[in-house]
Amino acid sequence: MEKMEKNNQLNTKENMMQLVFFASALVSVLAVIAICLFLLMRGIPAISEIGLKNFLFNQKWAPTNTPPTFGILSMIVGSLYVTAGAIIIGVPIGIMCAIFLAEFCPISIYKIVKPSVNLLAGIPSIIYGFFGMEIVVPYVREMIGGNGYSILSASIILGIMILPTIITISESSIRAVPKSYMEASLGIGATREESIFKVVVPAAKSGILTSIILGIGRAVGETMAVVMVAGGAVMPLEKIALLKPIRTLTANIVTEMSYASGLHTESLIATGVVLFVFIIILNTALSLIKTKTKN
Amino acid sequence: MENLINIKSNIKKRKIQSMFLKALVWISGIITVGILAYILLFVLLRGIPNINMEFLFGTYNSETLSAFSSIVATLLMIIISLVVAVPIGVFCAVYLTEYAKRGNKAVKIIRLAVDTLAGIPSIIYGLFGMIFFVAVLGFKTSLLSGICTISIMILPIIISSSEEAIRTVPDLYREGSLGLGASRLRTVFKIVLPTAVPGILSGVILAIGRIVGETAALIFTSGTNVLESPTLNLFASQRTLAIHMYMLASEGLPHSKDMAFATGAILIIIVFLVNLATTKLANKIGRM
Repeated sequence: MEKMEKNNQLNTKENMMQLVFFASALVSVLAVIAICLFLLMRGIPAISEIGLKNFLFNQKWAPTNTPPTFGILSMIVGSLYVTAGAIIIGVPIGIMCAIFLAEFCPISIYKIVKPSVNLLAGIPSIIYGFFGMEIVVPYVREMIGGNGYSILSASIILGIMILPTIITISESSIRAVPKSYMEASLGIGATREESIFKVVVPAAKSGILTSIILGIGRAVGETMAVVMVAGGAVMPLEKIALLKPIRTLTANIVTEMSYASGLHTESLIATGVVLFVFIIILNTALSLIKTKTKN
Repeated sequence: MENLINIKSNIKKRKIQSMFLKALVWISGIITVGILAYILLFVLLRGIPNINMEFLFGTYNSETLSAFSSIVATLLMIIISLVVAVPIGVFCAVYLTEYAKRGNKAVKIIRLAVDTLAGIPSIIYGLFGMIFFVAVLGFKTSLLSGICTISIMILPIIISSSEEAIRTVPDLYREGSLGLGASRLRTVFKIVLPTAVPGILSGVILAIGRIVGETAALIFTSGTNVLESPTLNLFASQRTLAIHMYMLASEGLPHSKDMAFATGAILIIIVFLVNLATTKLANKIGRM
């Protein structure tokens, strides 16, 4: 009798804790729902007041004019440009470095390069931004032209910032390619380099693609570093150029939120909604790749 | 004969090509390490000479630009958000690994949610915190709002590292414990979690790194306000170290720039220690 009671107690405790575990697991789901819900709740009314077409495809952003205009086309284009720039700079170096780490690097050097990549991943964006402001911007100004705060500077900094993402994930996917691929290629007379570049790396392409998409996500969403090096001016589309300043979606939010009010604030939240849609698209692409490789 | 010459020159061409690729790969490795060295030396060399006792522990004014209150705010933020996020994250991992059935629909949804959280940029977290914690819940711009926002942000890091750590605990341990008559719950708390501690800890350390470096999520939640001296009041709006650096850097005066370097040096030293600790732990796990 007593034993049964104790068993019952144990069971209630077990059940209760199981509930606690499940509830903890639900927190992430609730957080995602809350984030979507509150962003949309504040962003959608603003978009419908401004008009979706007017919001997305108007290049004039003048929230403090009377009457104000809220067009973010220039910033959408800005985000796309700096992200593309980051990819052009970061992806080749990143993939090459991943190949270096996975296939060429002697252990003694691996012990230096690998921790360096990890450290690069840990450096806060504010430090990258500061480095960009103090080193990259003056360099671009003196060596290439313009006033330095530009798409080019932002692309360079973002290109550096996405390196660790690309290197780490590409490296592990290259390492995951079965050794027999390499051996077969060497066996039919290819050189080591040819085998790596024509057999091993193509076999790792879904992992490398994943790393690139994650890199794009990081570049699109990066805020502080871009604010510090891109100059922040809203440019009319025909004046956007590599050496001219630019404003991205993220920079728009940070630069104006502190003094915005009313519809202006809401339009900045709506800018966040557009950014969020970009991220969701990237995430969907990622899970598509994931399921495809599983099959 | 001509064929043979062709093949020979072809081989030569391929050898040159291979050499070229090899060089390219090495150069990329050197560039990566070089960039890191450049950033570290640039900040540390100009920052460390500017660190002094007044900056670290003095009262804030336009002369000292002291980081004391920001340091305390950062510490508070680290401690409290870990206290909030670590149990939730670890319990979530326990659910996913020990309790949920394979292929369960709930698991799929939870995984999707964790992946989504991990991919959301910090500025979006900042916007959400501003809307939800600052306005809807009425926490105002305060350290508390910042802590709540950051806690959600570090959740995916803690969940995935805990999950990985729990998965590496051999089933033999569980079977032994269950076989001796321990309940499932007891097995989780006495056997599985203690064994997984190093892995969980490395997630915690990664989270600390994320908290220390965060700016975009905090600007509109805990704010950019600077206090003369530290306070433990969670309802006060205060800046963390990273935001202190941002504010100093954007002021653009020579003195504030020096102090931005000093703050940057402190941040880099913290990040370096955090990285060192994670690598040590990872090695320990690898040896287990």
